[in-house]
Amino acid sequence: MLAIGVIGGGLAVVTLRNIIHSAVAMMVCFGSLAGMYALLGAPIIAAAQVLIYLGAISVLILFAIMLSQAGDANLPAPFHQQVPFAALAAIVLFGLVTWAIVQTNWGAAVEVAVVTVEALAAVLFTIYALPFEILSLLLLAAIIGAIYLARRPEEDERI
Amino acid sequence: MPSLESYLIVSALLFAIGAFGFLARRNAILMLICIELMLNGVNLSLVAFNAYGPASDNAGAIFSLLIMAVAAAEVTVGLALVIAIIRTRQTPEVDEYSDLKE
Repeated sequence: MLAIGVIGGGLAVVTLRNIIHSAVAMMVCFGSLAGMYALLGAPIIAAAQVLIYLGAISVLILFAIMLSQAGDANLPAPFHQQVPFAALAAIVLFGLVTWAIVQTNWGAAVEVAVVTVEALAAVLFTIYALPFEILSLLLLAAIIGAIYLARRPEEDERI
Repeated sequence: MPSLESYLIVSALLFAIGAFGFLARRNAILMLICIELMLNGVNLSLVAFNAYGPASDNAGAIFSLLIMAVAAAEVTVGLALVIAIIRTRQTPEVDEYSDLKE
């Protein structure tokens, strides 16, 4: 059921003509993914998915679309002329990965263990403390870079 | 309870859809959305491995959290770039960005 939401949302994203509709389909896809994470015993990941993807990234993308769209009157053709090759590449990729998944012996099914917030925090701030700190640096760099790039250039320094 | 394989196949399918969209669509913002789809496909496989794998230290969950943060940074800078390009070229279609060819 959730898989239908994920896959249907993803297909709608790449096929819909109007880009706003694509963005809404993306939100459906991400919401279904959050449900899947909850099913997989990781409610904290599901919460992060809702906060970051549904909350932040979707709103950011919708804003960018609204800022960039002059008008919906004349929608251009959504696809390149290289669609057959792109479809072929995607199908081959999916086929190879699925073949690898089916061929592999994943061992006996085990009961899904719930990821508790305490256990996650305990490893995040001990073993994975360095990636965590590097990530904060990356986010700072991203903020500064985004401000610099999206700023309207002043009169004497056109880029 | 669905098996690990079913989750992995859904994740592979999501990744393939994202790859197709990235290669086939003409709108720069939609290409960024497709990158997000691919990252989410990988995230799903990581969380599935974390749930079904041997008793672990929750490395899969940690990695998926890190990927989410990196994706947020990536989409921020990417959208800023796209908006800057749209401002100078007046179009979001990547076919029109052919200055280097001419």
